[in-house]
Amino acid sequence: MTTPAGGTPPASDPAHGDEIGLRNQIRARWHALPELTRAGISIGLFVGLSILFFFVDHALAYGTLTITALFWIRRLPPVPYRLAAQVALVVIYLIAEPRSVGYVLAVGFAMTWVPQRYRTYTYPAAGLALAVLYPFYQDRLFTVPVFGVWPDVATGVYMLVFVMMAVGLNIVVGYAGLLDLGYVAFYATGAYTAAWFASLQFPHTTWHFGAVGIDPHLAGIHVTIWLLLLVAGVFTALSGIIIGLPTLRLRGDYLAIVTLGFGEILPQVARNGDSLFGFNLTNGPNGITPLDSLGFGHRLSSLTGGFLPANYLSCCSAKVLGHQIQSTDLFFWTALVLLMFTIFCSLRLQYSRLGRAWIAIREDETAAAAMGIPLMRTKTWAYASGAFFGGIAGAYYATFKSATFPGDFFFNISVFILCMVILGGMGNIWGVIVGASFLAYLNQEGLANTGAWINSNIHVGGWHPNLDVPLYASGIYGVIILVVMLFRPEGLIPSRRRAAELHEGVHDEPLYDTASAGA
Amino acid sequence: MNEPDGNVLVATTVRKEFGGLVAVNDVDFTVPRGKIISLIGPNGAGKTTFFNMLTGVYKPTAGTVEFLGEDVTGKPPHAITARGMGRTFQNIRLFQNMTALENVLVGRHARMKANLFNSVLRTPFVRREEKAARVRARELLTYTGLGRKAHEVARNLPYGDQRRLEVARALATDPQLLLLDEPTAGMNPQESAEFTAFVGRLREEEKLTVLMIEHDMRVVMGVSDRVSVLDYGEKIAEGTPREVQKNERVIEAYLGKAAVEDMKRQGLS
Repeated sequence: MTTPAGGTPPASDPAHGDEIGLRNQIRARWHALPELTRAGISIGLFVGLSILFFFVDHALAYGTLTITALFWIRRLPPVPYRLAAQVALVVIYLIAEPRSVGYVLAVGFAMTWVPQRYRTYTYPAAGLALAVLYPFYQDRLFTVPVFGVWPDVATGVYMLVFVMMAVGLNIVVGYAGLLDLGYVAFYATGAYTAAWFASLQFPHTTWHFGAVGIDPHLAGIHVTIWLLLLVAGVFTALSGIIIGLPTLRLRGDYLAIVTLGFGEILPQVARNGDSLFGFNLTNGPNGITPLDSLGFGHRLSSLTGGFLPANYLSCCSAKVLGHQIQSTDLFFWTALVLLMFTIFCSLRLQYSRLGRAWIAIREDETAAAAMGIPLMRTKTWAYASGAFFGGIAGAYYATFKSATFPGDFFFNISVFILCMVILGGMGNIWGVIVGASFLAYLNQEGLANTGAWINSNIHVGGWHPNLDVPLYASGIYGVIILVVMLFRPEGLIPSRRRAAELHEGVHDEPLYDTASAGA
Repeated sequence: MNEPDGNVLVATTVRKEFGGLVAVNDVDFTVPRGKIISLIGPNGAGKTTFFNMLTGVYKPTAGTVEFLGEDVTGKPPHAITARGMGRTFQNIRLFQNMTALENVLVGRHARMKANLFNSVLRTPFVRREEKAARVRARELLTYTGLGRKAHEVARNLPYGDQRRLEVARALATDPQLLLLDEPTAGMNPQESAEFTAFVGRLREEEKLTVLMIEHDMRVVMGVSDRVSVLDYGEKIAEGTPREVQKNERVIEAYLGKAAVEDMKRQGLS
């Protein structure tokens, strides 16, 4: 576990009293206090909290102490003090249980010793390695205080799919600065595309193309999911272009409202599409289920000596590193590959002619147009790229769940994905990944676990709160976003540019001479 | 290219109305190739509105704009930039949070061809093009005296440098005609003099035609081949700087009728 990387925000320097924003004001007041007072307050706070927590939950008290230790270790001079402290902390955990905390800390500390210039490569590589191996060590990890056990692999798939969507939305909102409140429309389009071509939805046609795990004479269209992922992406991108062409002429708030409208229209079509002029397109509120399974087919499977599974659902006998491989693991790794693809494309685009044009449009549309950037076309490309990844993610998640229902595609999902982008840091892909993973985890497991912890640990004189925390999900996300907006409007891991824009404002007043022309 | 009478730009009875207000009133205007033309006039005379019609930001209410012999009336700004018209803005409109180099690279947009697909694949073509764009951007930064500030964020550059960067960015679009909207606004006399020399150099070395809006008379008189004067949306005078300086209507526009009569009475005019 690494400590938050918020040590030195670029824009605000406490010594020079840049007191704009609540966070900076609090920081300025804090730094105005005498040093002894500050040390006293912080030590007292941590110790007090630890003691208080000891009565609630021992693990929480240890956790608080550990985080306090991490906080101070970060400030030690590197060699030999910091190194020694880090080794000591790891050793303590390796001797006293739970040992897995020691391993996690060791990995985290090792990361802090990577020299700055190698971090661009080592951090993502290490993150990828940890993600790939996750199914192997997930059930051996310690229980986190309050949050409970680490997310299981199925939750991991959910998280990866949502991270993928957030990264896709980041192209639209983060790079090109187009506020899209209807991203769920793309998610739905992708999901339904997969559902149409890999299920029993159209029983009057029988067409098979590489589908696995089903009777080859089964009615309906059955195309292999691999192809469908691509088809869903392309189809969704096309629908993005169709939606985008009339709407992207609008600026700012107007665009947001129109995308919001489209985000509402599509689920309604899905809900009422069981009798479009007598034709059952979407099967209405019952949704389309089941979907064909994912797999490589018997030929590819035997060609690779069983490395590629013929069918994800009817696998697996292999036991690797003491872990019985399950179909969920396969879905997890596949999602990881798709996410890698998304990140790769997103990064390549960011540093290209098109990516520069997107950022230019976000900063100043008029100047961008004067530099030869075709506004409509460039914005539409951003919209289409974002839609493409949303579509793939939707198709993949429908396959994983083997179902798609109109109820999955409501407005709150659009906002949820937007929250992920904002929380993580608009425009910065790594921030978006962190923000999306965290919120997706909270939604799927975290809130329920927290609720369970609260209900079993907090009781005042025989009174038990008996909270159903997931019920308050929207409120909790609202508070999270509110706090982020107040204290760190650029997100957890901001992009350098976005941070600057939020602190200095962008140049987007209307054309300058509309006012002066009248004089 | 088919240029009538060697004119890069020909505007014919261009008119712009905002509701009932006539901002530009049937102005005829030509820019001969290789010349430096200045457009002057009191505040609110419609100079920038006129500029915005030439560059495609506004669509003229009536009249036509021909650029390099082609009718570009009502074409979008990016299409006009692609045809070879570069511009700067009255109040600096740099991409504030991009570095100087990135700003100039955005200017290369119209001259590059990379698209979504080959950018993702980063084909040899894209690599070559990107490299060439960077080389050109560096050259332009050096040419405008910003060679050492390539990686500074535009917002952090001093005012004069921001003005230069705007010119570098406009030059990156490979213009044949460069439109400068009050390029020396906010500069001190020395900076203005330097800038005047720089514009002269642009014509000599880059074979550019320049059309600029300018308030600083020293700049206007020092470098222009021809000066046109707008007042209340109408072109009231046109000629060499010397002719325009003596034109009664021009003095009247700037100083008012009473002042002209005053001067006459004292025998100054």
